Amino acid sequence: MGRYIARRLFQLIPVFFGATFLIFAMVYAIPGDPIQALAGDRQISPSTVQALREKYNLNDPLPIQYAKYMGNLFQGDLGESLRGRDVTEIIRQKFPVSLRLALLAFAFEAIIGMAAGLLAAIFHRSFLDMLVLVSTTAVISIPVFVLGFMTQLILGVELDLLPIAGIQDGWRSYILPASVLAAVSLAYIARLLRTSLIENLRADYVRTARAKGLPQGRVIGRHALRNSLIPVVTYLAVDLGGLMGGAIVTEGIFNLPGIGNEIFRAVQNQDGNIVVGIVTALIIIFLLMSLIADLLYAWLDPRIRYD
Amino acid sequence: MRKHFAVCSLLLCSLLIAGCGDDNDSTAAKDAAFSLAIVEPKHLTPPLTNESEGSQVLMALFSPLVEYDTITSEPTNLMAESIELSDEKVWTITIKDGWTFHNGEPVTAASFVNAWNYTAHGSNAANNAHFFERIAGYDDVQCATDADQKCIADPTAETLSGLEVLDDHTFRVTLKDPFSQFPLTLGYNAFYPLPTVAFEDMQAYEKAPIGNGPFEMDGEWRHDEYIRVTRYENYAGTPAKAEAVEFRIYTDMATAYREVQAGNLDISKDIPPEVFEKVPEEFGDRYIFRDGSIFNWISFPLYDERFANPDLRRAISMAIDRDTITREIFSGTRSPARSLISPVVFGARKNPCGQACEYHPEEAKALFDKAGGFEGTFTLWYSSGSSHDLWIEAVGNYLRQNLGITDIKYRALPFAEYLEKRKTKGITGPFRAGWIMDYPSPQSYLEPLFTYHAWPPDGTNDSFYRNPAVDQLIREGNAAATLDQAIAKYQQAEDLILADMPVIPAFFRQSSLVHSKRIENAAIDAFDRIRVSQVEVIG
Repeated sequence: MGRYIARRLFQLIPVFFGATFLIFAMVYAIPGDPIQALAGDRQISPSTVQALREKYNLNDPLPIQYAKYMGNLFQGDLGESLRGRDVTEIIRQKFPVSLRLALLAFAFEAIIGMAAGLLAAIFHRSFLDMLVLVSTTAVISIPVFVLGFMTQLILGVELDLLPIAGIQDGWRSYILPASVLAAVSLAYIARLLRTSLIENLRADYVRTARAKGLPQGRVIGRHALRNSLIPVVTYLAVDLGGLMGGAIVTEGIFNLPGIGNEIFRAVQNQDGNIVVGIVTALIIIFLLMSLIADLLYAWLDPRIRYD
Repeated sequence: MRKHFAVCSLLLCSLLIAGCGDDNDSTAAKDAAFSLAIVEPKHLTPPLTNESEGSQVLMALFSPLVEYDTITSEPTNLMAESIELSDEKVWTITIKDGWTFHNGEPVTAASFVNAWNYTAHGSNAANNAHFFERIAGYDDVQCATDADQKCIADPTAETLSGLEVLDDHTFRVTLKDPFSQFPLTLGYNAFYPLPTVAFEDMQAYEKAPIGNGPFEMDGEWRHDEYIRVTRYENYAGTPAKAEAVEFRIYTDMATAYREVQAGNLDISKDIPPEVFEKVPEEFGDRYIFRDGSIFNWISFPLYDERFANPDLRRAISMAIDRDTITREIFSGTRSPARSLISPVVFGARKNPCGQACEYHPEEAKALFDKAGGFEGTFTLWYSSGSSHDLWIEAVGNYLRQNLGITDIKYRALPFAEYLEKRKTKGITGPFRAGWIMDYPSPQSYLEPLFTYHAWPPDGTNDSFYRNPAVDQLIREGNAAATLDQAIAKYQQAEDLILADMPVIPAFFRQSSLVHSKRIENAAIDAFDRIRVSQVEVIG
């Protein structure tokens, strides 16, 4: 077990180098001059262009730029954005926001999604089941920004229940955006769990458990549910990273200073240092989450072993 | 194995709790404070700030030599006691006594001269360096360049030879060439004074800039969240009416608008066209709009021979219905342009373009045929991501309908790539362009866009238009002795340009704001800035 984890952690190293280089190369390949774009339609003096190009190593070929970046990285320096801000500082400011948003959304989708799936499966073909099916279909088919505007208008402007933008009200600020962000994944999880649980409840080993006279709760909780959770865990693990980096629309609507919009803006401005810094951190989160998911499989299903 | 799971969930929980800790830092609301929505500024120092959002904040923190009237944009001296022309290109500027920076340092002639020297010097990589290009000695503080505008030698001087401190309150500015509009330019960001502390570490200074304006920073700039300022009690000018202002930073102005609706925000500008129709009805006199200075047009790549005939360019202009486009696509948040100079500028005329900028589909077709029509693919270019697609497509439809051009294509590029193509003659059809004035002078709309010496790579005349008569008239306007004489020359130049029609004027953007019931006297100036020091909190 320990060796398995060590091996997996060791694999992070080449992935880390490969991924950073790829991202670096992609930002490098975007056509257009980021320095000129800084000035917009206006004129910018040749001295200014020259000084900025030197500062950001933009005159060097790609491998040299990458080597310089990596050299600084190992001294704990993620470089500066084109607007002159420390990338470390940007990450320190924005990661907590995205993390809170993602974790709250994660909690919503895990708890509500699983509860809905569980109920729908147990009361298969009942009114409750139909309700879950219809409402999840509705949520999946409504675009996120429509959902965002609707909740803002109804819960924020009309009923004045919750803040609709910014993070100044602490956790309360995250409730609306996290629910909107969680909505689609929540629907998927409910449906995933429902399908897989309905199938498992028909399996031989469940019939055996029932025949042994186990109470219903134990049959479902210990036997059927645990096995049915594997696809859900897989989905959840991949989703956390997506919730953090992919919340561009939600962050925009609810005005959260998170990393989604930061990456979006940085790509538009060809601000390589920001893109590489944030995306690398996201990759590490993805990799760690998938490691956790793999370890959970073994706990959920004793047939799976890592040795 | 179960242990691992427990550890993991513990980890998640502790993250959640750690996240909770630093949240409740919202300060107690001040009675006479109001909030205002902005987009994250790119920079917050006079040498670097060159866009509207940074300008909005700097305006609260700094006071310029010359300020512009909110409505008419007419310049009056603010920090300047007098600005006198002593020789045809030598200006003597005297500043008022008793002004201080927020840290108590007196504002002197040196505060201006040092700031300008810093910005102009090539090694400081300031965006606003080129604002000093008219001052003698500018070329020596910038690098020497080759034909492609690449640096080949370092600057040879440390300071501008044209700037000279005479005493604590007087300094002299010597220009390279006579420039009648010089005092008008001094309200721009680049010309604010800087305190000594700024030069020690400009990057640290930017976190909480110290200025000489009606408000001072309250804490540091919280990027993508807010910038808070409080009234500077030792301000030597007219004191601000409100005690404090919070500039709240939004990524999406539609959200800011809903915040005003919900009563969480006091002022929001740049109302999105999609909600615009309901605004006048819902906000009544709490909705304010005015003509703005942002100009949008369609440029012709004059280096492409297919667009060499002025009749063809005029025909294209007459085939486009500007009124319908501004009404239907922009819900009236733009006004049709029939001039090159924004209506907010003194010296602007309503319709110097005449028939050529009006919608005359039949004449357009006749002129188009007379000019020999158009062969091949007609490509309309624009920059992606700023919702230009709708109106550019409308233009394409008018051309297809009225001129019978069948093979019309659209090409949208990301902004950086788009700019590069424009500068390097890489465009193969009419292309969208925009401009916002730096100071309220017709010259600001003409010289950078239509003169030969403003050709890329070092200029912004990217239609590559050249008319020696226009160059001469603008030179004469710059050298004119009085403002009226200057304006007459600029207007003649505008007429010549419009007759050649290197660009088709499309529309001017209007500035607008909505505000809450808590405040009054919210006004927006020609630079799309809200005059924060005039705003009064009443509720």
